[in-house]
Amino acid sequence: MARTRPPVDTKQQPGFATMAAICLVLLYGPILVLMVFSLNSGKIVMHWEGVSLHWYAVAFQDADFHSAAKNTMIIAVTATVVSTAAATLAAIGMTRVRPWKGLTAAFMVINLPLMVPEIVTAVATLSFFALIAGAFGINLGIGNLIIAHTVFCIPFAYMPIRARLEDMDLTLDHAAADLYAPPWKTFRRITLPLLVPGIMSGAALAFIVSFDDFTITQLVAGPGQTTLPLFIWNQIRRPMTPEVNAISTILLSVSILLVAVSFLITRRRR
Amino acid sequence: MDSAIVSREMTEALGVTAEVGGKSVISIRDVSKIFGAGETAVTALDHVAIDIGQNEFFTLLGPSGCGKTTLLRLIAGFDYPTSGELRLFGEDIARLPPYKRPINTVFQNYALFPHMTVGQNVGFGLEMLGRPKAEVAARVDEMLRLVRMESLKNRRTSEISGGQQQRVALARALAPQPKVLLLDEPLSALDYKLRKEMQIELKRLQHETGITFIFVTHDQEEALTMSDRIAVMSGGRVLQIGTAHEIYDKPTERFVANFIGETNFLEGEVAGEVNGALEVRLTSGATLSAGKPEGLTPEGRVTIVIRPEHAQVVADGTASSFAGKISNVVYFGTDTHYYVTLDSGDEFMVRQQNSRRALEFAIGTRVGIRVDEEAARVLRD
Repeated sequence: MARTRPPVDTKQQPGFATMAAICLVLLYGPILVLMVFSLNSGKIVMHWEGVSLHWYAVAFQDADFHSAAKNTMIIAVTATVVSTAAATLAAIGMTRVRPWKGLTAAFMVINLPLMVPEIVTAVATLSFFALIAGAFGINLGIGNLIIAHTVFCIPFAYMPIRARLEDMDLTLDHAAADLYAPPWKTFRRITLPLLVPGIMSGAALAFIVSFDDFTITQLVAGPGQTTLPLFIWNQIRRPMTPEVNAISTILLSVSILLVAVSFLITRRRR
Repeated sequence: MDSAIVSREMTEALGVTAEVGGKSVISIRDVSKIFGAGETAVTALDHVAIDIGQNEFFTLLGPSGCGKTTLLRLIAGFDYPTSGELRLFGEDIARLPPYKRPINTVFQNYALFPHMTVGQNVGFGLEMLGRPKAEVAARVDEMLRLVRMESLKNRRTSEISGGQQQRVALARALAPQPKVLLLDEPLSALDYKLRKEMQIELKRLQHETGITFIFVTHDQEEALTMSDRIAVMSGGRVLQIGTAHEIYDKPTERFVANFIGETNFLEGEVAGEVNGALEVRLTSGATLSAGKPEGLTPEGRVTIVIRPEHAQVVADGTASSFAGKISNVVYFGTDTHYYVTLDSGDEFMVRQQNSRRALEFAIGTRVGIRVDEEAARVLRD
């Protein structure tokens, strides 16, 4: 085999295996422990008694969990759809056009929320809605949360879509136009189908970000608008039972499933 | 549908021009293209004028950055000229978007749609023109047969080889029966053998379809072997337009002579004119009769060109145009290249066919050089 070796083989460096092991244990150890203890049959969260799915049953029968899951899904799905659509339009408007004045500024404005500390966004959003409620008597209820989530999801959805658009060969658009496709048909038949993997990644990212948001949700949410992260937060402030572990594990499974699905779709599209 | 209407109008226009006869398909009139503005402005095309006729294989030849691809993009409609006219059958199309021009392009990187099959790619143009499904299907089959790709119709474009992609790109561009086919260095990504095959294939397709081909290349050999006419471009200007013969045998500019084939340049002074040809006295003192570019009467100092195969090395003392000493000999099998340092100090190269009768000369030998009649040409500059 005439394979050229890289000048430095990282894997051969002393201490590589140890470092890798430490990182892996720190990253996944706690999660693994959490998952294992969700199968504990005992009442006390870190005191092992035996294997059982008891706490999963408890979780699934918990009306508060149901309501929290429902809220989370409504918010996450709506925020994902709206933010991904907005991000797609923004990405197209910023890559498939003649450079316009303020393009760089627009790019920064879209991505700035990623840099702003979330607690600042949370306080600002809270004040904003309070102001609107005070001045105009408008309170959209769960709509407030949906708007807040949509807004902070946009930069997350925007990133992969823009990356995909920039990677895309512009001559394909030219080729379509050359073959009598007006701009709209070029978009629908060429650009959009090729953009689907980027849109899927963007949507998956937006969904996850909305799904497990705590800080903003905690501040903006009104009574009865508990989402799953808030529900778990409330649980651990009481005497903790392995139900928290079970619920966390369910959350984790949903996240992993989603990432896996979006990965598979992306790969099949290539 | 807009584009279909334009296409039909163009077809009718074709009928009209056929009656008139001799009118050009594409007429580029005084076209300039300037990118940017102010101090950073770059002139990509500088008052270009070209007329291309029906069923012509026309080549834009030049080094990279000479403006040939910019010109092709203007004809395709991907960009608009800064000034000048671009006429298709007499109608100004300079501002028409690409999807309204009955002109199709074969792109350098083929630009096949990766999410469609070979057949879908080929049918795309007709589908966009709103042709009935049955007609599209029949035409796709016909086109794939034409480029000998019918067995790969349902393959993904990523599953076929570079040469096959090239054929699909050709079939896709030909399927809507464009009035003009643009080819942007379509053979540059292929290996040598495949390139030779595709050159013949392209000529055949052009012959069979009767479509005007505008071919862009930087490869002078490709241009010479395939084209009916060639426009040599440099620095955004067209330097010379002519058949392969004219361009090779009668270059009018130093750049053209240098870019195409190998050439000898000699300096001299105009001594007189005999029967339309100039008598040029070279620095060595010898006088040569040289042809001149049409409509030009050079005076004073001029440069003449002589192709290396238009001269022979002869034994010293025999009747010859000038004399010198052989500085190098390179043997090529079918021919031998003699590098001769002339008495005037100039270097002169002779390409001599190797036949059994041909004399052979060693390095350092004093020899004469006999220039063929009508072989020398005076350049414009």
